[in-house]
Amino acid sequence: MNLAQLLGMASFRHGIHPPDHKAETASRPIRRMPFPPRLVLPLAQHIGKPALPLVQKGQEVVRGQPIAAADGYVSSPIHAPATGRVRGIELMPSARGPKEPAILLDVYESATQEVLWGSPRKMGELTPEEIVQAVWDSGMVGLGGAAFPSHVKLAPPKGLEVDVLVVNGCECEPYLTCDYRMMLEWTDDLVRGTRYAMLALGVKKAVIGIEDNKMDAVRRISDRISAGSGISVKAVETKYPQGAEKMLIKSALGREVPAGGLPAQIGVVVNNVGTLAMLGRLLPRGEGLIERVITVTGPGVERPGNYLVPIGATVGFVLKQAGLKDVRAEVILGGPMMGSSVPSFDTPIIKGTSGVLVLNEPAIGAEDQRIWPCIKCGRCLSACPMHLNPSMLGLLAAKREFDTMAEKYHLFDCFECGCCSYTCPSNIPLVQYFRIAKSIQREKAA
Amino acid sequence: MKKKAQLELRTSPHAHAGQDVVQIMRNVVWATVPIAGFAVWQYGLSVLALLLTAVLSCLLSERLFNRLGLEPSTLGDWSASITGILLALTLPPGFPLWMTAVAGIIAIAMGKALFGGLGMNPLNPALVGRAFVQAAFPVAITTWTPSLFNGRFTSFIPTTLTAPFQRPPAITEWVQGVAVDSFAGATPLALMKFEHAATPVTDLILGATAGSTGESALVILVCGLYLAFRRMLDWRIPVSIMAATAFLSWAYQLIEPTAPGPLFMLCSGGLMLGAWFMASDMVGSPVTPLGVVIYGLLIGFITVAVRLFGGLNEGVMYAILLGNAATPLIDQWTQPRVFGADGRRKQA
Repeated sequence: MNLAQLLGMASFRHGIHPPDHKAETASRPIRRMPFPPRLVLPLAQHIGKPALPLVQKGQEVVRGQPIAAADGYVSSPIHAPATGRVRGIELMPSARGPKEPAILLDVYESATQEVLWGSPRKMGELTPEEIVQAVWDSGMVGLGGAAFPSHVKLAPPKGLEVDVLVVNGCECEPYLTCDYRMMLEWTDDLVRGTRYAMLALGVKKAVIGIEDNKMDAVRRISDRISAGSGISVKAVETKYPQGAEKMLIKSALGREVPAGGLPAQIGVVVNNVGTLAMLGRLLPRGEGLIERVITVTGPGVERPGNYLVPIGATVGFVLKQAGLKDVRAEVILGGPMMGSSVPSFDTPIIKGTSGVLVLNEPAIGAEDQRIWPCIKCGRCLSACPMHLNPSMLGLLAAKREFDTMAEKYHLFDCFECGCCSYTCPSNIPLVQYFRIAKSIQREKAA
Repeated sequence: MKKKAQLELRTSPHAHAGQDVVQIMRNVVWATVPIAGFAVWQYGLSVLALLLTAVLSCLLSERLFNRLGLEPSTLGDWSASITGILLALTLPPGFPLWMTAVAGIIAIAMGKALFGGLGMNPLNPALVGRAFVQAAFPVAITTWTPSLFNGRFTSFIPTTLTAPFQRPPAITEWVQGVAVDSFAGATPLALMKFEHAATPVTDLILGATAGSTGESALVILVCGLYLAFRRMLDWRIPVSIMAATAFLSWAYQLIEPTAPGPLFMLCSGGLMLGAWFMASDMVGSPVTPLGVVIYGLLIGFITVAVRLFGGLNEGVMYAILLGNAATPLIDQWTQPRVFGADGRRKQA
């Protein structure tokens, strides 16, 4: 129980309050970017098996046409974001690190923004199974960043009784405002998408959780939902990582996801507002996911804003449009807390990319900071939303005692939100230690 | 976009709260400056020399161990300076300088470097140094001088300048010569314990009594609060120490009306300095939220127990050292409950 909860605010315990830097882009409406001359479309844009390419080198494709098919159930198809010719399938840089196979598409200069593929559906006539199939066909994945295939989420395993849909409109990462803009500008799409998801899941109740620094979004959505719809909007405390699935469920419903478990085990499915707003737009038209809203921002950007960009546009193209200030920069896909910096300007915007954040000096240069020994101040314990002991985990990692970390100190409950590293006065890269420890443990298990 | 853009690669998170170890330690040093300054005003040149000697011996020892360990200098983290200042504040104002230097060397060598330096020391280094000289020089460490004595800014307390490896001279005659009022020569806690004589609380609050260098409860409280408000000190530790001390002495007074009351217990001896500046040392205190409270209560309890029932009249130092020693165990026992842990048990 913290102060916010005592005052009746919906929240979780621990967490941090970083400066939000949202003012730079919060008032900037969504604007469409032109087509880049070339698109890079990785086959693995989602969690699960990479998609199987349906096109060959030299083949012409039209905007909206499927170019890769799902390989198995936990996989997602890919559609051509623009009309053009397939240049080939090559290894390209990715935000995850290693180069990954991607379909390269040369966009025709005169390509139209009109979507030339897909046939409208009568949504009211679909069964829940047909909605799930339609979601799958659209290539939709979690747009909040996790990129988990949406159709899998909307069809929870048999035996698990789901009774409520939680819609995540927290956008707790500093700098990012794309979810906020979608809530304001695509409100009806969001409400429609929420209804589709409720139908697919067979639930009567949906709660849209929004951080209380976006009260205008709370009001806007509240105005657009009808009384009997079962959808409600809940303002939750502005605190990082409020938008983490488990934290939001705790804040919005008071339920606690079992450690190591799934939200469905306590009757909840969580979807991001961006995902549902996009579904609300795509499903009736029968189209696939070919573009998304990203926030381009940070001290290194000349024209920060929220842009509707085709999937596959490279970071280099996006920054050419928005303007890059400095020669030396750190370009991060996602927010500053959990996003990853990219090694190359050829790295593409993929389905799960929520923003391009450019830090310049002096925001970078922090790397030169000396790492001091842990002084056991306990700040990481007060920050960790999972109530772990990052201090002890960090000391164990330094001693390479990975088994103890996993067995006794719940290493695998860490979801790498970064609160511990953020607060650490000794500048210990705790999250990075934990990532390494986890991958070593996974390798041992394999 | 310029041609030769240079991309930096770093792991997340790409943001930091900003406060680092050096900043925290520097603030602790600043927070002790008023306490030290007040002591200099009370006792004059001798305390100035005492502070300088303690800090210098700590810094030199730290540097020596840096050299021996072939590691970069750690003087910049200010922690050795803190040890020196706190050590000086726990010693009698006229404590011989050579003994002070010994205490400083022991504090860093046996209290800190032996265990691996900053962050590794199980016990508070300053108190290790003090415990050592308490055992080694029992007379010198209980030789008290009156505060605000005449001529304190022009001459030293006779014991201060004792030649190395020599016993300090007796100062009874000197005390009678310089004291403003009659001077008992014993600390309030000793007076209370052995003669059942109470000292006015106002004297205790200002530290205008016989005692260690830094014992003015009010100044320490204010400085401690500053650190707590800047979030560089865990307020739960001093608060739980003070709560335990006040409650236990209040409860005992119900049984034994002649026993000292809560206010006396809080303001006398090293309790304030210990609670706010030494027990709260992050390294030796628990990390878990519940652990710090247990730790504080334990220190308060031991302090009261030693003062009321022990052979000694002051027990804060031992209470904190014992609390430090119990810290790993307390941390073990109070590991936080992982989010969703109940659910996991149900599943299993």
